[in-house]
Amino acid sequence: MSQNSVDTDLLIIGAGPVGLFTVFEAGLLKMRCHLIDALPIPGGQCAEIYPKKPIYDIPGYPSVLAGELIDNLMKQIEPFKPTFTFGERAQALQKLDDGSFIVTSSRGTTIKAKAVAIAAGLGCFEPRKPALENLEKFEDKGVDYIIRDPEVYRDKKVVIAGGGDSALDWTIFLSDIAEEVTLVHRRNSFRGALDSAEKVAALAEQGKVNLLTDTEAKSLNGNGVLKGVTLKHKTQGEINLQADNFIPLFGLSPKLGPIADFGLNIDKNAIEVDTTDYSTNIPGIYAIGDINTYPGKLKLILCGFHEGTLAVQSAFKYMFPDKKLSFKYTTVQGVNGFE
Amino acid sequence: MEDITIYITDREGKTHDIEIPLEIDLNLMEVCKASELDVDGTCGGMALCASCHMYVESDHELPEASEDEEIMLDQVLFVEDNSRLGCQIKVTEEINGLRVKLANLGSE
Repeated sequence: MSQNSVDTDLLIIGAGPVGLFTVFEAGLLKMRCHLIDALPIPGGQCAEIYPKKPIYDIPGYPSVLAGELIDNLMKQIEPFKPTFTFGERAQALQKLDDGSFIVTSSRGTTIKAKAVAIAAGLGCFEPRKPALENLEKFEDKGVDYIIRDPEVYRDKKVVIAGGGDSALDWTIFLSDIAEEVTLVHRRNSFRGALDSAEKVAALAEQGKVNLLTDTEAKSLNGNGVLKGVTLKHKTQGEINLQADNFIPLFGLSPKLGPIADFGLNIDKNAIEVDTTDYSTNIPGIYAIGDINTYPGKLKLILCGFHEGTLAVQSAFKYMFPDKKLSFKYTTVQGVNGFE
Repeated sequence: MEDITIYITDREGKTHDIEIPLEIDLNLMEVCKASELDVDGTCGGMALCASCHMYVESDHELPEASEDEEIMLDQVLFVEDNSRLGCQIKVTEEINGLRVKLANLGSE
């Protein structure tokens, strides 16, 4: 469910490792944070692309799995009670006369914040779309890239395209719900999770799944609403299938997206910042982590941690120009979380 | 060590002759980025994003794709028999004269 409105000190766009750690540094300065992320879970690339990969250059960890790093960061920021908007993209940004900001999400949530830190990595993850004529015409009229509610497909004729884990897993799942499930894959073997591939093969043998390998979608048919998909087999030519739904599952790729229209100075898909405090050309907006650029920039998680730390010091002064800020070590002060 | 030359055709069809020094340990994704070609290299070279999907157009013998690379190629669009991920192809003396073409990544 979408929250309709949120009021916070610092809005962090992007809940990857850098966005998460920034909550900790902001919390030490008594600033409350809200995070928004297009993905349904925290972790950004670490969660979406490589949760099982070890990272070797996080100081103090000879080796840590990306997913583990995210779990640890979530634990580390817990005392500061961050709030989250997941599965929504930061769509529009408006600066108010008092210097604060209102960010509106792709699903209409509005977030009011005294300052904004953009920690959006390479942008927000969006589904890869196959190059099919008329594809966009059928979006939400039979074509879905993300399965939000499997019940939508009950007793429907569904064609899934793709060869990865999500295509296999949804084929298995929907075989119990849909009237008919066809899995279309460009190659003749699946190299995703072996047990999922075996399960799909078994379902195909039982006639519960229609499995078409060496085949790809060629065109979509229907008048306003999807009625069928034309497929092409490598050697056997065209196949016409009736379909109520076509679900291409080719993974996600990051796009800078609406951030490009926030009025920030952008160079090659990255936001230009002043390395004194990682501020952008708009006072009150900071850019940290992979999304920013400056002379000597390195896209490393550890550099993003540093950038976020300096940015919140500056954000504090921006929010509370009359308050004094004294820097305290956690070894001296401990971590005093919020109630 | 000498430099080698490879030929990369971008998505607009323009072929770039690129000289690469052998002493730096590069892969083809990094070569594309360093040459300002439109390759994101999102995952940093872990064979996990396919933003460096390319076709090998010359008949060079390349080391076979790893299991990780094959898994990724299973999921991307416009896969052909000569599809590879640039990040998994190391720049070595053996690929001197290699011709590759960047794959289309799908509609926006």
